Amino acid sequence: MSIREITLSTTPTDADIAALRLGDIVYLDGLMYTAREGVYMRALEDKANIPMELPSESAANFHCSPAARINADGSFSMGAVTATASFRFAKWLPEWMEKTGARLIIGKGGMSSKDYKSFFVPNGAVYLSTVGYGTGALLGRGVEKVEAVHWHEELGLAQAMWVIRCNRMGPFIVASDMDGTCLFERENAKIAEGIGRVYEGTRPAVLKRYGESDDRTDEVI
Amino acid sequence: MIEFATLQRTAEELMAKAAIEIPEDYLDGLKRAAATEEGDLSSFVLKAMLDNYEAAKEDRSAMCGDTGVPRWFVKLGNDARVEGGMAALENALRRATAQATFDVPLRPNRVHPLWRTDHDNNVGIGAPEIEYAFEPSGDWIDLITVHKGGLFGTDYRMLFPSDGIQGIKRFYLDSLMAFGKRGLACQPAIIGIGLGGSKDTCMTLGKRASVLRTVGSRNPDPRIAAMEDEFKELGNSIGMGAMGFVGKNMVIQCNIEVGYCHTGGMPMSVHAFCLSSRRAVARLWPDGRVEFRTDPDWFTPYMRRETIDWEPTREAAE
Repeated sequence: MSIREITLSTTPTDADIAALRLGDIVYLDGLMYTAREGVYMRALEDKANIPMELPSESAANFHCSPAARINADGSFSMGAVTATASFRFAKWLPEWMEKTGARLIIGKGGMSSKDYKSFFVPNGAVYLSTVGYGTGALLGRGVEKVEAVHWHEELGLAQAMWVIRCNRMGPFIVASDMDGTCLFERENAKIAEGIGRVYEGTRPAVLKRYGESDDRTDEVI
Repeated sequence: MIEFATLQRTAEELMAKAAIEIPEDYLDGLKRAAATEEGDLSSFVLKAMLDNYEAAKEDRSAMCGDTGVPRWFVKLGNDARVEGGMAALENALRRATAQATFDVPLRPNRVHPLWRTDHDNNVGIGAPEIEYAFEPSGDWIDLITVHKGGLFGTDYRMLFPSDGIQGIKRFYLDSLMAFGKRGLACQPAIIGIGLGGSKDTCMTLGKRASVLRTVGSRNPDPRIAAMEDEFKELGNSIGMGAMGFVGKNMVIQCNIEVGYCHTGGMPMSVHAFCLSSRRAVARLWPDGRVEFRTDPDWFTPYMRRETIDWEPTREAAE
């Protein structure tokens, strides 16, 4: 299978999104913002006004804390950027998408096909995964300019909302599609076929742990 | 006497090296893995990682945006002396951690566990950790910094002698599977296994096995070295590669370290380093010389000693 490379806007059209296939490699142009638990809690739970025009300025939400600093003169220095694991943010995303029109959720590890079907597809959104999770320096080269940082005083630099002008930022991998199919689940299913053979001969631990056995009366021996 | 200013300056340089430069031993291991990988997506990922190391070096940029949690391992020759004493050394390491976080820049990852207070400098209560070890001779100090990333890839379990090798294998596979899916552990990585000790030392042994031993190193006990080889093969036969995609490279190296434990138990920990195996080492001499390297050389014969007295020390005492 040959791998397709696609350049995509951070304010993509329906047609752009519909054309994406699982495993495509994507490079992004346009404005992107970082938002993770700090931003979600502040915007959705504390009802703070989001300091950007969304989605007209950007429909690309990066689950990321950059390695960056604010200089004494107020300018920004950003080195590496990499994603953080997205599954932890599933509880905020339906409301976030509704409020901000986010169509590209970019992060690490993807979400479940259940999440994709229940709120990605209805919102016309797909998930893009960073590659290897460690390609921070490559992604850093795609940062044309740091336009702004919001809420850094309230949330700290790591949780702040960084606004990044991307110039062919990537690579990213398309990890969900408009059918709600999950790339990682597809891969896990293939891997699962051979797992029995690898485990052959190994033994479960003699002392069990709660959480593995849900029966709290179990003697776990 | 090793000067305070040299300590701080060297420590700052180590912080930057760890974040930016992939250690040669791991890079070679990953290149070998990339050459054997057949999965199309996992091959693409490994190639992108190799490009990324080049980009980081060229741009003097951190390899990964998650620059981990900086920590220090300090090894002292028995005759080493520091200007201002050991409290000054700790001060130099805390200053260097904060300064390098701003200069490189690193991500200010360290926050209060409850109040999420972020000093934006990777310094706080118990951060960075500073751990010590000694060698029976020498007037040098080895400064080792490791910025281990990741919330994933680590587990502990109290096993028992009756669990045997097959129980050890099961827990090892369970750990790789649980954290390898979707690539949460950022594999392929150096895996460290700690066997024995108390619960806390078991965790420490496993972590040190993953972060303080290089690719290509071997445990001096030939039966443990054989297990290291076997476990590497076992991990790589799961069928999982980078990012949890179908592939054959999960483990670049498996390092096992042991410590004596309670007669009834066999505690075990598993630790995964990551694709940005951030470690850097320097030896500081009292005449001002500083020698940089990437092999911590932590597990010396002295560190793994089994006897009451250490032979050279006993000779000196007599």
